[in-house]
Amino acid sequence: MSITMIFVSAVLVNNIVLSQFLGICPFLGVSKKISTAFGMGLAVMFVMTISSVATYLIYYRLLVPHQLEFMNTVVFILVIAALVQMVEIVIKKVSPLLYQALGIFLPLITTNCAVLGVAILAVQKEFSLSHSVCFGLANAIGFTLAIVLMAGLRERINQNQDALPRGMRGAPIVLITAALLSMAFMGFSGIGN
Amino acid sequence: MKNSTSISNLTRGIVRDNPVFVMMLGMCPTLGVTTSLENAFGMGIATAFTLLLSNSFISLVKNFIPSMVRIPCYIVLIASIVTVIDMMMAAYYPALHAKLGIYIPLIVVNCIILGRAEAFASKNNIVQSFLDAMGMGIGFTAALCLLGSVREILGAGSLLGHNFIGEEGYPLLLFIMPPGAFLALAGLIMAFNRLRGVNR
Repeated sequence: MSITMIFVSAVLVNNIVLSQFLGICPFLGVSKKISTAFGMGLAVMFVMTISSVATYLIYYRLLVPHQLEFMNTVVFILVIAALVQMVEIVIKKVSPLLYQALGIFLPLITTNCAVLGVAILAVQKEFSLSHSVCFGLANAIGFTLAIVLMAGLRERINQNQDALPRGMRGAPIVLITAALLSMAFMGFSGIGN
Repeated sequence: MKNSTSISNLTRGIVRDNPVFVMMLGMCPTLGVTTSLENAFGMGIATAFTLLLSNSFISLVKNFIPSMVRIPCYIVLIASIVTVIDMMMAAYYPALHAKLGIYIPLIVVNCIILGRAEAFASKNNIVQSFLDAMGMGIGFTAALCLLGSVREILGAGSLLGHNFIGEEGYPLLLFIMPPGAFLALAGLIMAFNRLRGVNR
């Protein structure tokens, strides 16, 4: 598979949130405002790209030679948790401005199943290192795209909350919006087949 | 008194604090694997089993874990349990295991499990934690099965593989596709809120 194909497929066709259902918790939880959604997206992009390198190296250099492939879930989640902590410390030291923007989102990422999901998927698909990195970045971009679009829609909805029927307020209208967004993304299916 | 708290710990997860419809936790598997009742049931049982084991273990070892590093410890414990369950399912139910795919290892990051470990098992004894996990597990499985049935009936015109709309029927294919997951869940939450008497 070419790198372009991986990119298009991960961002649009098989969008990680809207068609694979990974990372739904932040997608529903942190999408009230465009600015916070974008911050979350950037933080995920940061961590997901670095974690795809780290998990690739650990899987093929450490687990495979010792026949410990079955430990991948345990090891990956630890690597991701440690990585998130490290990224947080480094950003705090190197760029306080970036830290201010991303700081509060970083701890939340450990439990974002998209990060672990992408690491496991990349191993399952037997990607090479460059493909894994590209896959991680592309999925993170897909996540950011979905969450920012969702936040834009929700900002509009929240301004007109009173126009909604009572039973629809809160969670149901958010899910219906997500359904419409997901339907829109279905329009991309077929590209690359 | 003792008895009534036990019962309330058991039943709380089923309706009042249902993890899916009320607390909105564990959304990824809820939406991802409920294309049919069979998948939904398999996922629910796997999660409930993990929850039972993790809650019991964590309430047993809670006094040995320093509180500063408790979250990483819980995650390692949960990840080990999930790995065991993953391997057991691959061995005994290979077909189901293949269908659920990536969502089995992702039980590790299911917020329900870590949430119950932190909010309940780390503060209560093993019997109460077991009951709490049982209630939450049943609530989660029931919610998944309900969503799975709705989606299978509407989207495929069948239930547990038994087709009942015949050859000429047109199922609403949308409901077994990704948008249908969001739509069906929205509908169920609306119905559930109506039953619980909120938003009125």
